[in-house]
Formats: sequence, C-alpha cells, structure tokens
Amino acid sequence: MAQVSTSLTPLDITRAPEGGEIGPIQSGWKLAIREFAQNRLAVIGLAILVFFVVFCFAGPLFYHGQVFNTNLTAADMPPGAGHPLGTDDEGFDELALLMWGGRAALEVGFFAAIIGIGIGAIWGSVSGLAGGIVDAVMMRIVDMFLAIPFLFIVLIVAVRYGASVLGLSLIIGAFTWLVPSRLVRGEVLTLRVRDFVSAARAAGSGRLRLIRKHLLPNALGVMIVNVTFNVADAILAVAALGYLGFGLHYPTQDWGDMLSNGIQSLQDGYWWLVYPVGACIVLVVMAANLVGDALRDSLDVRLRRR
Amino acid sequence: MTAYILRRIGTSIVVVLGVTFIIFFLLHLIYPSPAIDVLGPKATGPAIRSWNLQHGFDRPFIVQYLSYLGNLLHGNFGYSWKANQSVTALFAERWARSAYLSGISLVFAVLIAIPLGIFQAVRRNTIADNVVTGLAFVTYAMPVFMLGLILIQVFALSFPIFNYEASQSMSVWGVMTDWRSMTLPIATLTLISVAGFSRYMRSSAIDQLAQDYIKAARAKGLPERLVLWRHLLRNACLPMVTLIGLSIPFLLAGNLITEQLFNYQGLGLLFFDSLNNVDYNTLLAYTMLGALLTVVGNLIADISLTVADPRIRLA
Repeated sequence: MAQVSTSLTPLDITRAPEGGEIGPIQSGWKLAIREFAQNRLAVIGLAILVFFVVFCFAGPLFYHGQVFNTNLTAADMPPGAGHPLGTDDEGFDELALLMWGGRAALEVGFFAAIIGIGIGAIWGSVSGLAGGIVDAVMMRIVDMFLAIPFLFIVLIVAVRYGASVLGLSLIIGAFTWLVPSRLVRGEVLTLRVRDFVSAARAAGSGRLRLIRKHLLPNALGVMIVNVTFNVADAILAVAALGYLGFGLHYPTQDWGDMLSNGIQSLQDGYWWLVYPVGACIVLVVMAANLVGDALRDSLDVRLRRR
Repeated sequence: MTAYILRRIGTSIVVVLGVTFIIFFLLHLIYPSPAIDVLGPKATGPAIRSWNLQHGFDRPFIVQYLSYLGNLLHGNFGYSWKANQSVTALFAERWARSAYLSGISLVFAVLIAIPLGIFQAVRRNTIADNVVTGLAFVTYAMPVFMLGLILIQVFALSFPIFNYEASQSMSVWGVMTDWRSMTLPIATLTLISVAGFSRYMRSSAIDQLAQDYIKAARAKGLPERLVLWRHLLRNACLPMVTLIGLSIPFLLAGNLITEQLFNYQGLGLLFFDSLNNVDYNTLLAYTMLGALLTVVGNLIADISLTVADPRIRLA
C-alpha cells in the first residue's frame, strides 16, 4: 500500500488551469464602471457633460463677458477680439451668455430630475412593497398623470406665474416622477421576495427601514439611468418654453430664448447668434442620452453577471 | 380576450375620470376664476363677483367639476370668452388640420422607421448603420423648433424649394393639396418621430434576427429578401404598436411647436394664442383633449397588440 502511494506522482497544483488568472473578486459597481469605461461613446458623452458643467459654472469666474448691461454701440458684432463669439442685439457677449444660459439649463435639468426621481422612488417603493389594492390605486394614479400632456401644464403655469429656475424645476419634476416610479416599483416587486429582504424583515426592520436600507439601494441602478434621461428631457422642455417666449427671462439667461432671439436676425447673417447655442443644446442633450444608454447597458450587464 | 378588452376599457374609463379631475383641479388652482382676465385689469370687485355668480365660479369646486364633466359628456367644452364662441366650434374649425398634420407625419414616420430599423439591424455595426444611428441621435437631441428652423433655412431660404409658412388655405382639401407649403412642417414632425422610433425598431429587429424561426427560414433556402419581408417584418413591428400609442403626448407637444413655427391654423396654434390671452376654457379643453387622446391611444395600442400577438398573456 505504501509503495503504491509513493509511486504516484503528486498533483501539480502550482500551475493554474487554462483560463487566465483569477483576480480579486470585484463588486458589481466596479464591474459596471469598467463596462462603462469600455464604451467609447459613453466616455465621450460623460466628457461633454463634465466640460459643460465646468464651462457653465467655473467659466464665468474667469471670463467676464457683458450679460447684464446693454451696450448698443457694441450690438450684433461678429466674433472677433474681445468677443470670441460676437455679441447679440443688446450688446451682450455671446460666449458669456452661453455660460449663464447653460447654467440655468443644467440647474433646471438636474433639479427637475432629482425631484422627479425622489418622488418616483418613494412612490414606487411604497407601492411595490404595499402590494394589493394600495399598489393598484397608486399605479392607476401614475397612469392618470402619465396621460396629462405635461408641456401644456408647464406652459400654463409658466404663463401664470412666470418662469424661474426653481419654479420650472418643481413643475417639471412634478411631472417626471411617473416613469421612475414604475421602474422602481418593478425592481421592488422582484426584490421584496428575495432572501435578504426576508432576513431584514425577520430581524425586525420596519417598512421605512426596509425601503431606505435594502430596497432603494438595490434599485439605485434604474434610478441613475433614469436621472440622465430626465435631465435631457428637462433641458429640451426648457428650450421649448424659451422658444415659445415663456421661458426664463433677464437677468437669468436661457438657451431656448437665445436661440429664438437669434433666429430673428438670421436673415441679417448673424450666424453666431444661432449656431453656437444650437450646438450647445444638442451636445448637452445628446451627451446625457449617450451616458444614459451606456449606464443602462453596463448596469444590465451587472445584473446578468450576478 | 373579450373579458380582457372589457376590463381594459373599464380601467381606461377610471383613468379618464381621474385625469379630468386632476386637470380641472390644477387649472382651478392656477386660475380660481378667469373673471379678471375676461373683464380686464381694471374690473371692480362687484363686477368680478357678479361675473363669477353669472358663470358659476362662485360654486364649490366639486360642483363646478361635476357640471364641467356633465357638459363634457355632451361634447360641450365650454365657452371661450375671448373668442366669443363655444370652444367646440373653435375646435371644429381647426381639428382636421391638426389631425392631418399629426396623422400624416405619424404614417410617414412609421413607414420610414420600420425599413430603416430593419436595414440597420441587417447591416449592424457597419458604417451605414453607424451613420444612421448617429443622425438619429443628433435629431433626437434636437428641440423640435430647431429642426424646423434648420429645414426652413435650408429648403425655404437658401434653396427656395418649399414654402416657409404652412398652408393658409381655409379648406382641409386645400391644405392637403398645397404640398409646397406643407412639406416642411410634415418633414419636421416626421423626422423627430423617426429619430425616436428607429432606435427601438433597430433593437427589436436585432432581437428577432437571432430567433430560431429566422434560422429555420434561412435553412430551408428562402431568399433573404423573403426572410426579411415575410418573417422578420411582422414580428419586429410589434413593439412599434406600443410605441405609437406612447408617442401621442410627444406628438401633441411637437404639434404645438410645429404649428406655432409654421403658423399653421390648427389646435396647437389655438392653444398658443390662448396662452397669450388667457383663454381659460380653451386651455382647459385642449389639455383635456390631449389627455383623452393619450388614454384612448394607449388603449387602442394595447388592444391591437393583444390581437396582433397571441403570445401576450392576458393577465
């Protein structure tokens, strides 16, 4: 017996089988970030967004263009020394206007998305966790709000009360919580039967703690994806409002307003009042959509690998 | 099937009732009484009170709502104190123009988006696919008015092929035949919709191309053209049904801006004018109409999807 055992060659356990090295175990979020970073379009989109945030919020600190006092002797000047992007019909500096207008657009987009996602997360998780008749009623209310053409209501409110960054954010946020609430409810429905939720329940956590500590953190993926799309939608809505003439007004600047003003003088050949601001709107909205798409892909992958 | 449809209609009626209540409540909150806007800023207190009394704005909110709902059921949208005629009459004058603009744009958008999506799916990740995807992304990120203005600049001003203003003809037939004026508004709405649709169509077609029935059709030696048109097309189009139903609010908003941009005398422009002169009942009526269309559109989309796709479980 002893001889047999010595004649056997010991297993070579130092060499790993084919398949590469096994790295340290990574969390789902790290995988998602890696997946996101490999998506070239998404990185470009993120870079554009970061650029615009810096451009609009840090830009005015370094570039002091005239946006508050009219200067008719310097009106409608083409791009040149002193005014890199020219001036508009009131002598305002176009580059500085772009910064201030972008600031308002990003603020409204961001606040509206946060408000929408906040209401949506609460509504969706309560509805999903409650189930039964409460769930049915809460979801029918979502259906009702979804049917209301929200641009119409935003317009009516803007006409009556005037548009401000805070007001627009509130009213747009009040109509964009519907899709997130549906998504969060869907997530909660699948999560609430999982073992860790039962364990938390057995350990005595109440509904509020369950939502806050266990359900919402796990539904964070769909919420983040939705924030980016909502930012894009809100910026477009504000631009439409500005175009119709009910948008943000002096001293707040508004890209939609700038665009519709510029268009009136397009026939005079003042192209610098139209194309830069148009490009800004398209770039920001497109970047937000790109980032949203990529996030959805990478977070989906995360779900699949789990 | 019938039970499902009946239940679906039942929920839609509940949703419609809720929506009318929410909209009426919101507008009531914003304009408790339109008296000051009708009588003018210098109206005295007694004048406002007597006007409120005359037009029922002194009644409790819930009574006002129920009486509005009752009128609505009889097709009465109220009276426009600014235009001095009933809102129903105002709508009757204009609805056909809006319906024509939205309808034909939607048809064109579907007719373009479906083959485009299939083409992209078949040639996926080639240069052609990437170019189309890129263009769709840019168009999707564009405000409607900006797309319209670019079209006006290029096709009406730089190269005066089309008219920069929509048809001003009084009759719907006149509008339809005036293609020089109608091309640009229709193109604006169509392109925006195509940009929204084609992405879904592409991914739907890609999903379907990987299915076994396509492999089977190819394996039995069917020419690729027939595989695509006979087998892929029907199945890949199913998500479009839902998408068309969901796109109605988007279409209405697009309509509002397109009509304003091209000065087209439809419902959207009426709403815009009513915004400027605070025509309370018209604002209320058009918002209600938009919500009703959305609910009905979703209902029709859901029902036709269950008819078209028997695999859908009627839960």
